[in-house]
Amino acid sequence: MLNPIDLAFKKAKKENRPALLTYTVAGDSTKNQSLIILNTISKHADILELGIPHNTPVADGSQIQTSAYRAIKNGIKIEDIFWIVKKYKKNKNPKPIILMGYYNMIFQYGEKNFLEKCKKVGVDGLIVVDLPWPENKSFAKKCKKKSIYLIQLLSPTTSKERLNKIIKDSHAMNYFISMLSTTGGKLKVSPKKIMLNYFKIKKINPKKNVVIGFGITEKSIKSLKKADGLVVGSAICKEISVSIQKRQNPVTNVANLVKKLKYKIL
Amino acid sequence: MKLKKGIPVIDQGNKLGFWGNKFGGNFVPETLKKPIEDLEILFNNLKKDKKFIAERDKYFNNWIGTPTRFIKLKNLTKHVGGAQIWSKVVSDANGGAHKIYNATVHCLLAKRSGKKIICGDTGAGYAGKMLSMAAKKFGLRCKIFMGAKDIERQQPNVRAMKKNGAEVIPVYSGSQTLVDAVSECMRFWVANCDTTAMCVGSTVGPAIFVRICGWSTSQISRELKVQLINEFGSIPKKLKLYNCVGGGSSSFGFWNEFMDYDKKQCEFIGVEAGGPAKSKRHAAPLTYSSKIGILHGAAQYVNQNSDGQIEETESISAGLDYPGISPLHCFLKDTKRARYTAASDEEALKAYKLVTKYEKLRPSLEPSHAFSVAIREAKKMSKNTIVVVNSCGDAYKDKKILRNRLGKKYA
Ligand SMILES: Cc1ncc(COP(=O)(O)O)c(C=O)c1O
Repeated sequence: MLNPIDLAFKKAKKENRPALLTYTVAGDSTKNQSLIILNTISKHADILELGIPHNTPVADGSQIQTSAYRAIKNGIKIEDIFWIVKKYKKNKNPKPIILMGYYNMIFQYGEKNFLEKCKKVGVDGLIVVDLPWPENKSFAKKCKKKSIYLIQLLSPTTSKERLNKIIKDSHAMNYFISMLSTTGGKLKVSPKKIMLNYFKIKKINPKKNVVIGFGITEKSIKSLKKADGLVVGSAICKEISVSIQKRQNPVTNVANLVKKLKYKIL
Repeated sequence: MKLKKGIPVIDQGNKLGFWGNKFGGNFVPETLKKPIEDLEILFNNLKKDKKFIAERDKYFNNWIGTPTRFIKLKNLTKHVGGAQIWSKVVSDANGGAHKIYNATVHCLLAKRSGKKIICGDTGAGYAGKMLSMAAKKFGLRCKIFMGAKDIERQQPNVRAMKKNGAEVIPVYSGSQTLVDAVSECMRFWVANCDTTAMCVGSTVGPAIFVRICGWSTSQISRELKVQLINEFGSIPKKLKLYNCVGGGSSSFGFWNEFMDYDKKQCEFIGVEAGGPAKSKRHAAPLTYSSKIGILHGAAQYVNQNSDGQIEETESISAGLDYPGISPLHCFLKDTKRARYTAASDEEALKAYKLVTKYEKLRPSLEPSHAFSVAIREAKKMSKNTIVVVNSCGDAYKDKKILRNRLGKKYA
């Protein structure tokens, strides 16, 4: 059986467009609201990344940090995150869910327990920001046994030799970080350059799906549409923050944003 | 878990940078893998390079000033009435604290790697002040990340950084202290590692930073070893080395050269910050047996909740106010080579009062923690026991806190 992540890419390819991946922080701004957001954007997005908020995130820029601190302040716990996924997966037509977080949260839960719980609630993939290759080899194997993809991150600093090795060990999906930046930085590299790097990676193993993320907004998304998939995170988190500030409904605003993003890549 | 003899502790990690296969490592975003690997190659080569060692020693000797004094605290010894109490006055070093060794080495490495900018974190402000001094000396641009709370409580050092031309960037996230400064500095490096070198201010962070820092501060124990032999003819039969422990750079450097001695002859005592006596919060993960977790790229004992969120700390001393601890010290604790305990804010203040009453020495709040435990324990020791306390910082930076807590007389 294909992993739902593979199916999502297949479907997007059939429609001649990149898959749209959204990133929101679990529990932002509350447990219930983040579930409602997932349910609402589910129609337009192909894959949903859900961030596990951490209070010392060394790779996140200010927008995602704000979302994470807000969620933690509002009491989100790891069990709540599993609850959110479980509830979301009860939808008639749920999209694949990728949990994205920092290793300490998994380490404290215990790798085995964590993966069992992921399987049980319906998590399809994992991104662990601070568990790079080769440190993640043993964890990747455990994920594979549960048919959960461990998604490898690739960066502009990753050497050719390292790219080859990582991609060889990787599961069916990889994540290319567009530029040297934490999440949410301004796109400081031209889309052309990003796509050039992207195709170099893609060539190593064309069968594996590669998504691009970091710094993608409504403005830039169209110029990257040749990729297998595109991740938008900080722009969505920012939309939630702005909505709260303006006392507007984050759910409708985020839904509108995701709809617009989707429209740009059709 | 075992400590090996004859191999520097900084080089006892495994291939992936774990000491005792458990502490340290490289829990970093993919983007940092390459710059970390580059730094590892550079450092491993230069560490063996006689020319580089000579260059380092030139700056240590002529610019930092070696050796820092080793003095007997006669009046304090008399007052306490037990072991002989001595101090290694590391605050003699240029800039007033041990942080200058690591800062200097990082700037030398940055020069070799062709980087034009260096960024660093700071808590008490010493790591930042020293990095700004060294950066100026070596013609590098300097950016310092510092928690907003620490900027407020350690103004003299902030002024020094600015005077040296460094840009001081306040960090408003989390508890607005050292832990947040280190995170923000690492984020900055993630986004700028192509042009910028990073200096981590203590023996924390990804393994290479732990090693470089420990290698640099070991100058302290190299000097002390010579000074002890000059003073006593040989290494004393009963030697106790007391040092405060924040991230663990000064304590590690104070102990390193004595690592292979039997602990019955040469005991290491690390003093963590216990926080206010009335508060549950502390910065003493080793003393209070915090669980192992990952912070700033390394596995270590760290204050955290059951979910793995890092917990806020509290201490009167900004330099010790950190929820984690060097993997080197986790290793020394689990191999039982060193013993760790804590002193409260109040105990540190009391020790500061006592030391300054009897001696011409003004230890900052960090070493005052070490003095507190040393004084308490020295009472019960024999006269032929040699207690040495590392006075690794000067109290000038703590003026405001001392005035508030102890009155004008002490500030
Ligand atoms: C004077 C002084 N002592 C001790 C410390 C604690 O750091 P470490 O444990 O790395 O020596 C600091 C840190 O800022 C300091 O300024």
